[in-house]
Amino acid sequence: MTSLSTPQTARATDDRAERIERIRQAAYRIRRNALDMGKVQGQGYIGQALGVADVLAVVYADQLRFRPEDPHWPDRDRFLLSIGHYAIALYAALAEAGTIPAEELETYGSDDSRLPMSAMASYTPGVEISGGSLGHGLPVATGMALGLRHQGNGARVYNLLSDGELDEGSTWEAALACAHHGLDNVTAIVDVNALQADGPTAGVLRTEPVTDKWRAFGWHALRVDGNDVPALVDAFDELRAHRGSPSVLICDTRIGCGVPLLETREKAHFMRVEEHEWQTARDQLQGGLDR
Amino acid sequence: MTSTAPKKRLTTSAMIASFADPGQRTTSAPFGHALNRLAEQRPEVVGLSADLAKYTDMHVFRDAHPERFFQMGMAEQSLLGTAAGMAEVGLVPFASTYSVFATRRAYDFLCLDIAEPNLNVNVVGALPGLTTGYGPSHQATEDLAILRGCPNLTIVDPCDSVDIEQAVPALADAPGPTYLRLLRGAVPTVLDEYDYRFQLGKAAELRTGRDVVLISTGLMTMRALQAAARLEADSVDVAVLHVPTIKPLDTEAILRAARTDRLVVTLENHTVVGGLAESVASTLAFAGAGTRVVPIALPDEFLAAGALPTLHDRYGLSTDAVVARVKAELGGSAEHHPPTAWPADPTPATV
Repeated sequence: MTSLSTPQTARATDDRAERIERIRQAAYRIRRNALDMGKVQGQGYIGQALGVADVLAVVYADQLRFRPEDPHWPDRDRFLLSIGHYAIALYAALAEAGTIPAEELETYGSDDSRLPMSAMASYTPGVEISGGSLGHGLPVATGMALGLRHQGNGARVYNLLSDGELDEGSTWEAALACAHHGLDNVTAIVDVNALQADGPTAGVLRTEPVTDKWRAFGWHALRVDGNDVPALVDAFDELRAHRGSPSVLICDTRIGCGVPLLETREKAHFMRVEEHEWQTARDQLQGGLDR
Repeated sequence: MTSTAPKKRLTTSAMIASFADPGQRTTSAPFGHALNRLAEQRPEVVGLSADLAKYTDMHVFRDAHPERFFQMGMAEQSLLGTAAGMAEVGLVPFASTYSVFATRRAYDFLCLDIAEPNLNVNVVGALPGLTTGYGPSHQATEDLAILRGCPNLTIVDPCDSVDIEQAVPALADAPGPTYLRLLRGAVPTVLDEYDYRFQLGKAAELRTGRDVVLISTGLMTMRALQAAARLEADSVDVAVLHVPTIKPLDTEAILRAARTDRLVVTLENHTVVGGLAESVASTLAFAGAGTRVVPIALPDEFLAAGALPTLHDRYGLSTDAVVARVKAELGGSAEHHPPTAWPADPTPATV
């Protein structure tokens, strides 16, 4: 059987494979950074950080236009983290992106650090908004997107929110506004890890069917396995090309993904990791990359 | 039995009734026109509203600059979050709604998205205090109490159309966030008769007097001036210090005015809790001044629905009520202080 591939498509295939491998390596380093930070505190939102690492790797290593040395560059794409407690993941990604020095990560959550437990714009280069009080990211993203379009600036606005944040009415106020104003420069990313502070999302306040809800609000919505890098790349590419309405990528992620020790642990919003387990976690992460 | 003519009653006024006195000079929609003038000089000025453009005088701006007006729908959290996002990319938004919604409903967004990053967002709240007879759902009687504790926020309570027209460019010039207690529609024009210019953060002595000093803010400055004129006819010499900026407060001017043996009276269109009266009282106490302060303010309760003139009389904001209160305070004793109602020694708490 002869190959149907032309030389161009073969190159495209190679490019795609190389692109995905580059993102996979970035995701590994983001997870390793997060484990290093988690060890400093001995506990924290390490489960969520590991779960969302692939999404952040695609965003920072592949999709986002930014200048690590100039975090206020006016033409940058904005990445808004409204879930402030995911700061550990964002710092890990900003270190990977070169916006903050990797050696600074060990100050995470310490007195006078630029890397507080909950992400705040006034503390950290590359952090666009102060999260923490949930349901703020999408309204602010709406304003940035309206403003950038008004100014003729082609930059895009990304907002990473959690499925728990779908409980907040303000998220849906902004969802209406983005659709009403046709803000196709907005991409919302919903991290569906199905876990909230008081337990599984399905038991706290049911939000499914999530995709149908966004579509009903007038959004172009896709849903993917948020730990499948090729699927994430394809989805982000499609959303970037979409015009006429805002886009949302719903990502089903696995808490603790990449570290079997933590993946299989009883699911907890705030995970405790024993001192001796951090090295095991690192070893398991390295093992996953080598496979 | 003879039929009597039906007794004329004042009815609950429309939500957006004017509080201008009959025959008083007014200016139409001073905020909207001032914003238009500002917009012609500053292209980065934009306007937003939450389905209340028409009732906050924002429609004047919307009609003149449709491409710079953004309708956010009846969604106040989204309104203020969006305004923050627009300021983040360099625009200077004016976002209007009713005061009750800006403060009670969307405070988290005003606080965290706007004030914490110290953004130049100008929140414009209509129907402050008791300026509607519609009842507690629309009467923002405690907006100052809610907002005074918010760091970075500048708070302005204008007296009239002159104050509003001059405040709008000053608010845009101020680098941080602001909250304007909007008077809308046919707004009384009063301060042009005085040697006065609005200066952000500054109080202004509108008239001098030896017997009484009225320290007033917002529309109560209009009432203070009317009361002062009436008291003058009774040979009571009354000074009026207008305090349009509630935060940052012009404490120097207040201390100058209140460190005195005159009767000190505060006047505000706001609950007695957490507004001008307590700001003045704490300013005096923190400076070690023992001056007694007589507060003319709304009571600490949810107010009735009804016609505005009726309600202003009932709750002590009308000019008649102000005059009566000042006379009572002056007539009560030759010495204004210490207050006679206080026990000399508080009863110790029992165990």
